[in-house]
Amino acid sequence: MYPPRFKYVPARSLEEAVDELANYGYEAKVLAGGQSLIPMMKLRLASPSVLIDISRLESLATISETAQEVRIGAMVTESALERSPVVAGWAPALIDTSRVIADPLVRNLATVGGNAAHGDPANDHPATLAATGASFTLLGPDGSRTVPAGDFFEDIFTTALEPDEIMTEIAVPKQKAGTGSAYIKYERQVGDYAIAGAAAYLKSDDSSTVGDARIYLTNLGPIPVRATDAESLLEGQTVSRRLFKEAGSAAACAAQPWSDMRGSSEYRRRVAAMVTGQALEKAWTRVRKGRHG
Amino acid sequence: MDESAATDRLDVSISVNGETVTASVEPRLLLAHFLREEAHLAGVRIGCDTTSCGACAVLLDGRAAKSCTLFTVQVADRTVTTIEGIADDDRLHPVQAAFREEHALQCGFCTSGFVMATIELLERNPEPDEREVREGLSGNLCRCTGYVNIVAAALRAANKVGRTGKGRM
Repeated sequence: MYPPRFKYVPARSLEEAVDELANYGYEAKVLAGGQSLIPMMKLRLASPSVLIDISRLESLATISETAQEVRIGAMVTESALERSPVVAGWAPALIDTSRVIADPLVRNLATVGGNAAHGDPANDHPATLAATGASFTLLGPDGSRTVPAGDFFEDIFTTALEPDEIMTEIAVPKQKAGTGSAYIKYERQVGDYAIAGAAAYLKSDDSSTVGDARIYLTNLGPIPVRATDAESLLEGQTVSRRLFKEAGSAAACAAQPWSDMRGSSEYRRRVAAMVTGQALEKAWTRVRKGRHG
Repeated sequence: MDESAATDRLDVSISVNGETVTASVEPRLLLAHFLREEAHLAGVRIGCDTTSCGACAVLLDGRAAKSCTLFTVQVADRTVTTIEGIADDDRLHPVQAAFREEHALQCGFCTSGFVMATIELLERNPEPDEREVREGLSGNLCRCTGYVNIVAAALRAANKVGRTGKGRM
């Protein structure tokens, strides 16, 4: 299958990429790993007339840490992410997520920034990044700005990213003592999108009651669905398996599943309850283990 | 944008199996087509053409990638290895030999992709267990074998390539 014709603009620097994007505006798309964009172009679901290739920008492919955050360049590949000791130590929910995205060959090219910026509700990183309180750095002609992941996703394939902006970095708060997060995805087969996925973040000051909770669901609405009722049900309560199960049921009520080849909406709602309960259990084991979950 | 700009061809130079291949290509030319039609390396197979089956897998700078989901212009000045570039003259690559010994193919259409994925898997993890092999090869599909002999071949190759050989077979 041949994609439509386009003009190819390889960016040699981030500044050049931003300039070119401002130059072409709506006609252009940024090409990162291409593992979503190229299939969409082959199926003629997307036909940008210009592609600005940022894949050679080494400065966007690094993982670093500050006292409070893990900072992931937007062009870090999934396979680099899943092998990063910094991410494993401080943001293990991202490793849970990366390992269930597509397949190992795709993950050699697919990027974390691309997964988020694409705005596909079936993509897995958005829920995890929203639940962990991550934020995105977006660079445009007038400089850069930071948008919390929880505010970034606006509608299906629609994000806060302006047509002249490039996502450059993802900052994830370190999972410190007393906090834990996890991601669980249920899929029909390797490489498929989620029947349902859930990302959970928990904070506890005493290792027995839930302080704060954040829960976001994958592929159960036009954007990552925040399960606020489930969060309030958890907060202030003593942790038990039953509590997490109840929170799972509450999260399932927040889900907006549609029936498709992955199952009926009712089935997917039940799977949502299950994966939420499992994600909470896994996040809680990380709360109790401290730093290296 | 004017139409001529959209159809401009670009000169690329790519190291393929140790030789530099130069060509003038349309930006939309997929690497799989470039390798088959320009470099005449028909061991690169196009199966699903939708990033699922892995029959088109090649090594890009040593990492397995699906060549149906890469534009040729993206790999300019980089290094590509295909199934044609791994044997040492008439001596099969150890992974190829293991596939032969374990009868890890029937129709053979998926085999070159599996071999390339296995080479990378063993490079990253010289002593995988069965679960790691199955995970590592989960981006490749075979409609004939049921995977049993492919997994056995990967484990056999690990014992050969791999340093300690624990006799898992």
